[in-house]
Amino acid sequence: MPSSVDFRSVSVEPILHDINLQIRAGEAVAFVGRSGAGKTTTLRLVNGLARPTAGEVLVDDVGLSKTDLIALRRRTGYIIQGSGLFPHRTVYQNVATVPRLLEWTDAQIRPAAEEIMGKLDLPLARFGDRYPRSLSGGEQQRVGIARAMIAKPSILLCDEPFGALDPIVRRDLQDAFRVLRSGVTILFVTHDLAEAMRVAERIVLFEGGRTVADSSAATFTKQPLPLVQRLVAAASLPA
Amino acid sequence: MIDEVLRATGEHILIVVIAVGVAIIAGIPLGIWCARNLRAGRVALRIIDAIQTIPSLALFGFLIPVPLIGGIGMRTAIVALILYSLLPIVRNTLTGIRGVDPIVIDAGVAMGFTPRQLLREVELPLAMPTIVAGIRIATVVGIGVATIAAAIGGGGLGTLIFRGVSMVDSRLILAGALPAAALALVADVVLSFVERRLVKG
Repeated sequence: MPSSVDFRSVSVEPILHDINLQIRAGEAVAFVGRSGAGKTTTLRLVNGLARPTAGEVLVDDVGLSKTDLIALRRRTGYIIQGSGLFPHRTVYQNVATVPRLLEWTDAQIRPAAEEIMGKLDLPLARFGDRYPRSLSGGEQQRVGIARAMIAKPSILLCDEPFGALDPIVRRDLQDAFRVLRSGVTILFVTHDLAEAMRVAERIVLFEGGRTVADSSAATFTKQPLPLVQRLVAAASLPA
Repeated sequence: MIDEVLRATGEHILIVVIAVGVAIIAGIPLGIWCARNLRAGRVALRIIDAIQTIPSLALFGFLIPVPLIGGIGMRTAIVALILYSLLPIVRNTLTGIRGVDPIVIDAGVAMGFTPRQLLREVELPLAMPTIVAGIRIATVVGIGVATIAAAIGGGGLGTLIFRGVSMVDSRLILAGALPAAALALVADVVLSFVERRLVKG
C-alpha cells in the first residue's frame, strides 16, 4: 500500500526553509534543482535521516515525531548514488536484508528475491552468490533497486540513483525503474530534467532551500520561470 | 634441556595468550566506544599511546611496587603485556569502524537496522580485517616484550636468554632466542592469513 507524505512548514536550518508539499499515495514526484538546493535533505526527512528544526513531516497523516522510525524505514525503500551495497555480503544476502530484518522465513525470501531480481534482469541463479565488487556499476545499482523493492515498500526514496552511470546504462535503468513504479509512492532526486520527466509524473523545483515550482511533468517545461527555462535549455530534451 | 625449552615455550605462549586475550576483550569494546565518542576517544587513545611509549623494562619497574597487580613474577608480566597489547587493538578497532564507507552505513540505517544490528552485522564485519591486524601486531610485540619479562621473574623463554647471558653460554641463549623468534614469525604468518581471509568480496 502506497503512503502519502506531507511536509508542513518544514525547515532544516540553515539548509531548508518552510517547505510545504503534499504528496498523494502512489504519486511519483521528482525533486530537481541545483546541488545544494535542498533536494536531498527534503528526501532524507521522510525516513528520519534528517530531522526538521521546525514544522513536521507526516507519513499517512501521522507525524514522524510520533512514529517508530525503525519500522518506518523497513517499509521505505532507499536507493542512492553508488548503491551502498554491503561489500561483505553476496548479492542474495544484500537483496534479503530488509526481509531478514522483518523476520521473513527463507521460504518467503527466496521467491520474492527471484521475482524482483527477474524483473530487473538479474537472474538470481547467475548473480545470487556474487559479491558486489565483481559487478558493473549498472548491475550494482540494479541490485540496489532490488534490495529497496523486495519487501514491497510503501514509499521509495531515490537520491540521484543513476547519477554515476553512463548514458546508455542510465537509460536502461530508467526504463527498468518505470516498470516497478506502481503501488508505491516515489520521491526521486535528480538534477537531470530529462530523467525527472521520464520517471515522475510531477516535478518540484528547489532553489536556495525553498520550492520554487511545482507542476505536472507534462506542463513543467511550459512555465515562464527563468530557472525552469535554464534547466530546460541545459537538459537538451527531446522535441 | 629440551624439556626446559618446551616448558619455557609453553609458559611464554601462556603469558602472551592471556595478555592478548584480555586486551582483546577490553580493547574491542573500548575501540568501539572511542569510535562513537570521538573527542573522548582521542583522549583515551592518547593515554594508551603514552603507556606504549614507556620502555618495557621501565614499565615492569613501575609495576613492581604497585599493590595487588605488581611484585615479582608472572602476574606483573601479564599486566604489563595487557597494557602494551591494548594500543594496537583499540586503535585498529577505532580505525576499522571509522573506515567503513559512510554510504554503506547510511544505507544500513535507512533500511531499518537498529544501532546494535548495524554494529554487529555491518560495522564490525567490515572493520574485522583491521581489528585482526591490530591483534597480530599486539601478539607479535607481546611475544617480544614477554622475553624481557624474565628480568622480573615473569618466566618464559627470556629466562633461558638471561641465564645464558649471565653464564656466557651461547647455546643456552639460542635455546631461548630461537623459539621466541620462531613464535613471533609463526604468529605473524598465521594472523596475516586470517586477516586476508576476512577480506571478502
